[in-house]
Amino acid sequence: MKKAVNDERASIKRRKKLDFLKNQLVWWGMLLPGLLITIIFKYGSMFGVVIAFEDFNYAAGGFFGHEWVGLDNFIYVFSLKDFSNSIVNTLIMQAWKIVLGIVVPLILALLINEVGKKWFAKFVQTTFFLPFFLSWIILGGIINQVFSYNGIINAIGSLFGAEKALFLIDNRYFRTIMIITDVWKGMGYNMVIFLAAIIGIDPSLYEAAEVDGASRIRRVIHITLPGIAPMVVLLSTLALGGLLNGNFDQIYILYNPLVYETGDIIDTFIYRISFFGNMQMDVGAAVGLMKSLISIALIGGTYFFAYKKFGYRIF
Amino acid sequence: MKKGLFDKKDTTSRKVFVICNYIFLGLLALICIAPFAHLLALSFSGDEFTSAGTVGIIPKGFTLDAYMLLAGKKEFFKAFGISVLRTVIGTAFALLVIILTAYPLSKSNKVFKGRTTIAWILAFTMWFGGGLAATYVLYDTLGLIDNFLVYIIPGACDVWFTIMLMNFFRKIPKELEEAAMIDGCSQLQILFKIYVPLSIPSIVTIVLFTAVGQWNSWFDGIIFMNDPANYPLQSYLYTLIIASDPSKMVGASGQLTPDQLEALKNIGSKNLQSAQIFLGMLPVTVIYPFVQKYFIKGITLGGVKE
Repeated sequence: MKKAVNDERASIKRRKKLDFLKNQLVWWGMLLPGLLITIIFKYGSMFGVVIAFEDFNYAAGGFFGHEWVGLDNFIYVFSLKDFSNSIVNTLIMQAWKIVLGIVVPLILALLINEVGKKWFAKFVQTTFFLPFFLSWIILGGIINQVFSYNGIINAIGSLFGAEKALFLIDNRYFRTIMIITDVWKGMGYNMVIFLAAIIGIDPSLYEAAEVDGASRIRRVIHITLPGIAPMVVLLSTLALGGLLNGNFDQIYILYNPLVYETGDIIDTFIYRISFFGNMQMDVGAAVGLMKSLISIALIGGTYFFAYKKFGYRIF
Repeated sequence: MKKGLFDKKDTTSRKVFVICNYIFLGLLALICIAPFAHLLALSFSGDEFTSAGTVGIIPKGFTLDAYMLLAGKKEFFKAFGISVLRTVIGTAFALLVIILTAYPLSKSNKVFKGRTTIAWILAFTMWFGGGLAATYVLYDTLGLIDNFLVYIIPGACDVWFTIMLMNFFRKIPKELEEAAMIDGCSQLQILFKIYVPLSIPSIVTIVLFTAVGQWNSWFDGIIFMNDPANYPLQSYLYTLIIASDPSKMVGASGQLTPDQLEALKNIGSKNLQSAQIFLGMLPVTVIYPFVQKYFIKGITLGGVKE
């Protein structure tokens, strides 16, 4: 009798072990497509960083076997004025984009939250969010026309006696236009997050404050703002990780050689030097590698901070 | 709740604020719509008005010329077709890959040995890549240049959405899975009969974001296709914008020639370009208001976790 029970137990154990092993196969089978795609395309291209250390000849093909030149590409690129220029432009524009990309949506969210009419709040939110879903091609085409010589901005300007300008080839205006249009396109995203955070604040706090006779303004300052402050800091922190990511799409579509001085960013510089003129892919790869390394340090730092401070985790 | 704009208790200054708030937000919303209305107006306006810059948000010299001309433009419809194809196939394929990847990763380390390691292997690709030149050389080696599959396969396993869905799967009660297992369901059945139906809101969000991403992609067309006949709509629109803008053609001198300057000031056939850009944004714009809540859900729940 006892033996039979033991046998039964052993067989259950064996079956469980078998199930476990079978399931491991199932898991790996399910992962196969995604894992293959990631390894071939993402990790495959990572081997390509060796290009940065080679005198790369595209016609010869492959990543390996080109003449090894050590840090020559890195040293060379620092002698290019366009390179240092692109770094300065990236930092200036990105700093503005990050700050305004938080402040503008925050203000909009606070104002929309004060709107009593549901349909109006919804309508405004929808219009502010729309450009987020349109490509930079569409927006670029529109911006091109709006700011063109015979465009609507010049038409409005001349009503007030302003002289017509070619905004998009003018180094005085280019950065400002990039910053404003980027904030315009992206503001809906953070606005939605802030609105959700505001709605998540415990209503009893407001009721208590009202009983205590706190004015509307005071309730915003002492309840709403502190309530969403963690989210504001978290989003700012995470945004910092993208400090070196200017917006390639936007800049590449809207810039031109006349505004390289103020508009060229690191990513557009990499693309130009890699695929145009002498196609110096090795130099482009060197810049890309430096950018990646600094970015990953920035991202690592900001994620670490976000994790320590807010318990933020991606999984 | 409230009937009018104001509460009974509202002070005068509160009333002033409320009115100003409505006016400000309303105006800002109009300013945000104005460029699109302007675009639409341009597409319906006569060339003499568009190049004179007198068109606001109402068409002048109303004409359907641009759209008539467009109807005979084969390139436009070919590109439109490619965009539709890549959006449908690319989204379906990506969704399948994401679901299949997210499910095993949602299991605990005890059930699936190595899931944390694999999750990190995937996540790492969000922050580090080989760069543009390396990617191009790799795709060239793999035969993906001038190949439609370049729109579909490399981007299919989006890490962000995989993690989002994985996090969602983990919230589904284990009891459901255990019950199904006793009924003799395989893991594949459990995934598609229990997990997927319960995750529809997340999946809709992923589908919508992926579809919009596919529709909006333009750079992959420009860089990975040598033959413009393979361009999706957005890449095709890019060539239009470039072709009509002499400032992009400035030579090494870094100066516009007088001819170029003149051309830049009188960019012609705006209505045709406007019509094409407008049609390019139409699908997203028409669908977007109806599915907005899914985007919002995706952003607030999956995008940033508190």
